[in-house]
Amino acid sequence: MTDSRAGEIRKIAQGLFAEGKIELFLGFQQGSLPLRSRPCFVTAEGAAAGVDSPLVWDSFCANNLAAYLPKYYENLPNRPKKRDKPYPRIGIAAKACDLRSIVALTKEKQVRRESLVVVGVPCRGMIDTRKVEAAAGGQEILGHEEVDGDLLRVAVRGAEPLSLPREQVLQDCCLECRHPVPEGADVLVPGQARKPGDGGYARVKEFEAKSQAERWEYFRSELSRCIRCNACRQACPTCWCKECFAEQTDRKWIGVGTDASDKMFFQIIRIFHQAGRCVECDACYRACPMGIDLRLFTKKIVKDVEETFGYLPAFDAGELPPLTTFGEKDADSFITDPDKKG
Amino acid sequence: MSDTLAIDLRAADTEWHPVIVAFLCNWCSYAGADLAGVSRLQYAPNVRIIRVPCSARINPQFIMKALQNGVDGVLVSGCHPGDCHYISGNLVARRKFALTKKFLEFVGVEPERVQFSWVSASEGRRFSDLMNKVIADVRRVGPAKGLKKEVSS
Ligand code: SF4
Ligand code: SF4
Repeated sequence: MTDSRAGEIRKIAQGLFAEGKIELFLGFQQGSLPLRSRPCFVTAEGAAAGVDSPLVWDSFCANNLAAYLPKYYENLPNRPKKRDKPYPRIGIAAKACDLRSIVALTKEKQVRRESLVVVGVPCRGMIDTRKVEAAAGGQEILGHEEVDGDLLRVAVRGAEPLSLPREQVLQDCCLECRHPVPEGADVLVPGQARKPGDGGYARVKEFEAKSQAERWEYFRSELSRCIRCNACRQACPTCWCKECFAEQTDRKWIGVGTDASDKMFFQIIRIFHQAGRCVECDACYRACPMGIDLRLFTKKIVKDVEETFGYLPAFDAGELPPLTTFGEKDADSFITDPDKKG
Repeated sequence: MSDTLAIDLRAADTEWHPVIVAFLCNWCSYAGADLAGVSRLQYAPNVRIIRVPCSARINPQFIMKALQNGVDGVLVSGCHPGDCHYISGNLVARRKFALTKKFLEFVGVEPERVQFSWVSASEGRRFSDLMNKVIADVRRVGPAKGLKKEVSS
């Protein structure tokens, strides 16, 4: 909690409230458990009441806050076309991945970029709670402290405190992240971002090289643990559908239970729905209580979209999403041609 | 006529007959299938045809649902690129298809099981060849079990 960015974010939020530029600020506050920071909604009244700002910024602000935005901008059905009150103006502390999601949501008209004030935070990567828990050997974690921004000290029940280098316990998605700086933010918090990673396609390539039977076995066995809690979908910033295909009843696609086939159907289609929209924030992977390797499969769709259509959802709000458009010279090699021998 | 059409399902028939669902667009591929029929071209009788207005109507969920319902193979076919009745429907569809095909392969569904093609209204021959090829491919990989939904009692 020694991060100077927390102070900066507080100051900026305070300023935005004072100038009357926003009615709500989305950031993080200290969680009630160690290794957790939780989303925090600061209202104008709260800020005016002069209580100490609860906003923090540390290595546990991993949640993708963009997931909370669409509901503020939704237009309810059966309501007169004109909104009775203007869209709320919201300030949001955004890492690069949050901002990428905001851009994707803007393209889908789920948020209004003009009523957002994006306070970009150059990202040093977030810590993977699971990696820390693994390092603690399954013992209960009593507390944590970040030292000089490079070391994580963890108090463990019935054992010596652990000192873990930050790099060692960062989330995989942060180690692989190609865009740690939120480009195009309205205000940029000063600070250093981490060095961009390589995108992490190596693991996907490795998996592609496996035999069909091996791939199927891995997919099947991973999903056999799924309990259909739908947490992956709820955590996903781009899963904003009011009625998800998984619960649609007029044309019932799948059951809501844990039938093996339904689970695979759900996950294949959920991931397909993220084509050209997934920003690799790993929200689904973090949310999954069963620790299912969702990141391998979501990464595949990101990789395919980039390789086939040259599109990566980043910061450019002008670029058309790949599945809403086409190219006359798009790849045709997957087409079955009966006239071709072999 | 030929013996391919003379399968008597009631006879003790131990051979496995794959079930293939073909989603054909109304303007080209369905007409192509029609032409194959009118021209009396023979192809194996394993296919169940579902007519759709355009290949762009295909949602990957259709393909998944077919597999879940226990078909052994799925074919999707539309007009050749550039010939779409709706100008660019099949071009938009092509992007979806490319991703669907790759993703299903990635999770370990045999590439033979889900295939995409283009057949025009004048290509009756191509249609029958295509059906024979797809059926032969699916026969080679055997019955689909992976994604089939087993209804327990
Ligand atoms: S899985 Fe698909 S249908 Fe369901 S909420 Fe996500 S994007 Fe919408
Ligand atoms: S979060 Fe995990 S267990 Fe829950 S539905 Fe998604 S994959 Fe299944």
